[in-house]
Amino acid sequence: MTDPVFILLYIFIFPGFFFLISYGLFLAYLDRKIAARMQQRVGPPICQPLADLIKMLGKEVINPNGVDWRVFDAIPLIALAAVMTAFLYVPVLGYSPLAFQGDLVVVLYLMALPTIALFVLGWLSRNIFSAIGGIRAVTQLFIYEVPFFLALLTPAIMAGSWSISEIVVWQQHNLWIIFFQPIGFIVALIGLQAKLERTPFDIPEAETEIVAGPWTELTGRRLALMDLATDVSLVVGSALIAALFLGGPMLPWVLAPFWLNSIAGFALFLVKTLAVLLILSSIKVATGRIRIDQLNDIGWKYIASAAVVQVGIVLVINYLWVVP
Amino acid sequence: MPEVVVSIGPQHPALKEPVNFKVIADGEKIVRLELDLSYNHRGIEKAAEQRNFIRVLPLLERVCGICSHSHATVFSKGIEEIMGLSIPPRAQYIRTIIAELERMHSHLLWLGVAAHVIGFNTLFMWTWRDREAVQDTLEEMSGNRVHYGMNEIGGVRRDLTPAQVEAALARLPVLEERIKKYVEMVNSEETMLIRFRDVGKMSREEALKYGAVGPTARASGVDYDVRRDDPYLAYAEVPWNVITDTHGDVYGRTRVRVGELWESTQIVRYCLENLPAGPIRVDAPKTAPKGEILSRYEAPRGELAHFIRTNGTDKVERVDIRTPTLANWTSVAVCLVNQNIADIPVIVAAIDPCLSCTSRLTVVNRVDKVGR
Repeated sequence: MTDPVFILLYIFIFPGFFFLISYGLFLAYLDRKIAARMQQRVGPPICQPLADLIKMLGKEVINPNGVDWRVFDAIPLIALAAVMTAFLYVPVLGYSPLAFQGDLVVVLYLMALPTIALFVLGWLSRNIFSAIGGIRAVTQLFIYEVPFFLALLTPAIMAGSWSISEIVVWQQHNLWIIFFQPIGFIVALIGLQAKLERTPFDIPEAETEIVAGPWTELTGRRLALMDLATDVSLVVGSALIAALFLGGPMLPWVLAPFWLNSIAGFALFLVKTLAVLLILSSIKVATGRIRIDQLNDIGWKYIASAAVVQVGIVLVINYLWVVP
Repeated sequence: MPEVVVSIGPQHPALKEPVNFKVIADGEKIVRLELDLSYNHRGIEKAAEQRNFIRVLPLLERVCGICSHSHATVFSKGIEEIMGLSIPPRAQYIRTIIAELERMHSHLLWLGVAAHVIGFNTLFMWTWRDREAVQDTLEEMSGNRVHYGMNEIGGVRRDLTPAQVEAALARLPVLEERIKKYVEMVNSEETMLIRFRDVGKMSREEALKYGAVGPTARASGVDYDVRRDDPYLAYAEVPWNVITDTHGDVYGRTRVRVGELWESTQIVRYCLENLPAGPIRVDAPKTAPKGEILSRYEAPRGELAHFIRTNGTDKVERVDIRTPTLANWTSVAVCLVNQNIADIPVIVAAIDPCLSCTSRLTVVNRVDKVGR
């Protein structure tokens, strides 16, 4: 397992960067197509996200007056690098070879980085729309991040491990965590939707109010990379929820040859991430954007309380039923 | 946080037409609003003075892309009154049918835009799809989707064949079903309620004080509709109701508009089923006697007024157009104070602004003061 060639292949080809980017673009396509069909539209062709990416990579990069272009170049790269790194610890075929105790916490913090990057971007842009968008992004972060973290850490409390892969193994021996933590699952989905800034939480980039928020001054390859970071976040987020709540890429029993087991795991990974995506897309289609003050009310009153209640329930379950 | 100036427009994704708001905001709250309307002066009023009555109608129809029939009808109505013509009932009914179809497509368009500004794109796509049914009907009747060219002084230019009437009646049940659905959605859909309720509130007194018209005024409980209070075309003969609401916020304006959508389908149905026989136009004289008239009309956005002065020739001496959007702007500036920045597009969209029709006006008036 620790063969350096294997690790390199894992990081760069499969299920690392190459697969991750292709799958991210595919999910972006699927998300748009599902939304389009629900809205009685035709939707984009399958290669549209890739075509957009290539087109934008080739476009001119415009530096706003008085903005440090090095920082502007670096921010999308940092955001993309953070979420791509996070994916390495999320199990795809089975146990992640890079797993360690505490990788769940690392993944959660890496996934918070793009939002911070957006805030910095908005703040640096010297554009009123970007500045407002950046402030909204970070305000929103304070609202959804606490319930989101609580919801994703309760599986760890239940499984008694801080490693995503070990939580998956725990679910292999017991039941899927969603059966113990339905509230946590819902909170996690809402948190992910907010983290990805999709309707109803697209407050920081509200097109009809503040143009594109922090994205307003992004052009060319910066915009392409930032878009790609969002697509990759979608993969990481749905894979994380699939791993923590839906049993991840593991069957309850072990298949005979190792490769068959891996293929079955990969198939499960695809099915479960697509299921999560379907839920996220449905939320997107069924709602409009809420206001930041309304999100503040809803977030702290209901979502955060629900997450805390879930933690309490898990502690009681753990106390009554000594987990094997 | 200190006060910041957010300049919105003349180019902005939320705006379909050029206008500039300088919003002075304290954090997310609006303190004050400054408006600049005149970005699209087209000189239509001056051009109208140089065309005879046959050629002026197509020009006036192009004042607005949505309420094109309104401008042509209100003008021919005024000229016919000066000439003392009485229009055959069949022509009145056909004008009414086109007018109400126009109201339907305008309100469906508005509902989509209102949904879009709160990011609820599903409703936006649905209403615009259903709007196609209305547009198809209009295209079948007049040959055009936007500028119908149905009016002429003395009647209408095209008759409705029985086949066209049948095709329009066949489309109505589908539309009625969809509109019922929208009425239900407006009253129960949580994301719309949360963004529309208590946003841009305006009391009845304020609505009267700032001269709001149309659905904006009716949503604040002002029971006024030119179609009922100064009947023209076939409105006196058709059974229908004026829709009012007491909420006074964007939610109320939405309720009034979807209510009017339903009333429009019923008016169109009645007119199609009771279309009187007879000629569709009378021969109008080439020239109009000297006179002045203020012709009023309930356009989809509110009361539209044309002031017309004739001088005995085949041209008007002066035509002055007051669009409903101009009457509603002051109410927007009042409604916006103390609201959230996030609510600007919602409140602005709630009056259904038609900016290019309006901006032309202010400029012409300024020229008048200097030039004459």
